[in-house]
Amino acid sequence: MSNLETNLEADALPPSKGIFQERWSILKRNRMAYASYWFLMLLLALAFLGKILTNYIVVFDPKTVRLSEKFLPPLTPFTSTITPKEDAPTFGIYFFGTDELGRDVFARMLEGTSVSLSVGFVAVGIMLTVGIFLGGIAGYYGRKKLWFLTVDTLIMRFVDIMLCFPTFFLILTVVALLPPSIYNIMIVIGLTSWMGTARFVRAEFLSLRDQDFVAAARSQAIPEWRIIFVHMVPNAIAPVLVSATLGVASAILTESALSFLGFGVQPPDATWGNILSDGKNFLFDAPWLTFIPGITILMVVLAFNLCGEGLREAFNPKLKQTT
Amino acid sequence: MVNFILRNIGQRIILLVLISIISHAIVHLAPGEPALVDPSNPRMKPEDIARIRAAFHLDEPMHTQYIYWVRDLFTGELKSFKDNQPVLGKIWERFLNSLPLFLIATLITWCLAFPIGISAAINRDSTFDRSTTFISFALISIPGFFLSYLVIIFMVDTFNVPVLGRQTFGLEGASFLFQSMDRIWHLTIPSLMLAIGSTAVLSRYVRSQMLEVVHQDYMRTARAKGLPEDQVIYKHGLRNALLPFITMFGLTIPGLIGGSVIIEQIFSWPGVGRLGFEAILARDFPVILTLNFIAAVLVLLGTLISDILYAVVDPRIKF
Repeated sequence: MSNLETNLEADALPPSKGIFQERWSILKRNRMAYASYWFLMLLLALAFLGKILTNYIVVFDPKTVRLSEKFLPPLTPFTSTITPKEDAPTFGIYFFGTDELGRDVFARMLEGTSVSLSVGFVAVGIMLTVGIFLGGIAGYYGRKKLWFLTVDTLIMRFVDIMLCFPTFFLILTVVALLPPSIYNIMIVIGLTSWMGTARFVRAEFLSLRDQDFVAAARSQAIPEWRIIFVHMVPNAIAPVLVSATLGVASAILTESALSFLGFGVQPPDATWGNILSDGKNFLFDAPWLTFIPGITILMVVLAFNLCGEGLREAFNPKLKQTT
Repeated sequence: MVNFILRNIGQRIILLVLISIISHAIVHLAPGEPALVDPSNPRMKPEDIARIRAAFHLDEPMHTQYIYWVRDLFTGELKSFKDNQPVLGKIWERFLNSLPLFLIATLITWCLAFPIGISAAINRDSTFDRSTTFISFALISIPGFFLSYLVIIFMVDTFNVPVLGRQTFGLEGASFLFQSMDRIWHLTIPSLMLAIGSTAVLSRYVRSQMLEVVHQDYMRTARAKGLPEDQVIYKHGLRNALLPFITMFGLTIPGLIGGSVIIEQIFSWPGVGRLGFEAILARDFPVILTLNFIAAVLVLLGTLISDILYAVVDPRIKF
């Protein structure tokens, strides 16, 4: 018996790689995308660390105001005798200097990391939920008729309507009319950006719904919602992954643009966007207040964009052939 | 063909009605009233507020307000809450300011993106390709206002020219040459800033389109015939790669309204985007709704034009 098994194993083909393993090795070849992937992982760890440190350790508190320590340039050691010892910055040095209220910019950037990233991730989460849900329903139930319109027509016309709104203007209108809160910003950015995802998912579903594994699932009387979300969505995930990565990048940029107009995340919460737009008032006296958050946003958004582009290339069999 | 266009226009009008209803609902259901903008003003008595609310139909139910809005919009009677000026006149005045900005930005975009994209595609994986790819990603990733501030400081320091607003204050008496030079400086930098993001995106599109075309059989045939390389690329290749961009031209039209809020705010350029921003701050519902409506009309017009153009330039598409 055991002899037969080993024989069978020896005869079998080498274990086929899963689609993600295969694509992963393609992504690895794109050095810039791979480097940005690790950069983002590092950033994520930093955001978690920052969240814990700023919440539980007093010296990391980004809200500590030291009025005698205004506008210190980066890398100034802490030497003040007026400010009490327990308000001293991290490691006794202002890595990124201080701002107009003497707050430690390093601690604020650390806090901003988790806030900015969570704005990006929650907005993208909402975008994916709505997009996958509507796209999936439009793709799966496309032929079903409600009254005289098909489900597909109904949902895709709604997508068309949403695409007609000038997005940034709409976001601005809603954010300005609603009471300012970080959750409103996340929700509004998410609810105005799901149309692309819905279109991708629907397109994938149109080809998936006639395939054998869906027919097999249906023949076993698996409930339809389970077929859609457990069997079909994982097969349509590739373009969604790409648009999610790019979506985080654009959500961070939108938040900083809203901050510039004064409708972003309100103080005392720090995000990269509002540190940048506060800092621009002191561009000549304290250039680091503008350059540190500006360059951080540039690097992080660039990393998300490069990573998304790398994923797009890795998941596109057509592009693979031409290389 | 005529049938197709008529049916398309019909569909778009239905969409437009739905869009206007939704935007009306969003603006009116959101908290915050026009009458609450200045609550601390002691001269605003409750009876004044009631009079104003009655004058602007703010106490009517939503659907009546919508009908009033549509009637006033199409008879041209629609008045701004803020200063009681006709809305269409206000928008038209600002539109004329935005137009040169938009035209120059579009011109810069298309003139830069095509050469960059084409040469990046032809010399694939060269230093030029790699660096333009990286630079265009960097330009997409940088917050627009951060970049604008850097450029403003650079311009003012290096060339010593003021760039904010539409013209320098106090130059009215100067000679024509000075005035026009001043105008051009003031116009160039904001349009350049407006163009940068779209140039980066468009050059990437051009590159990928050209890459698709470069490997086609007809390109090989053209080379095999012994045609000069320039003719192969620009006559056989580019013509086929251009097809999607003819349609993209229609899609840039809506950028007139929504795309320039930030840039106009930075450069204090009195354009449509800024009008919208001021209207939002003042809860000036008629202006917000009309701008939204015009933006939707422009989007639908743009897609209609691009559909028709596609059919005109691509003989494979039939109705």
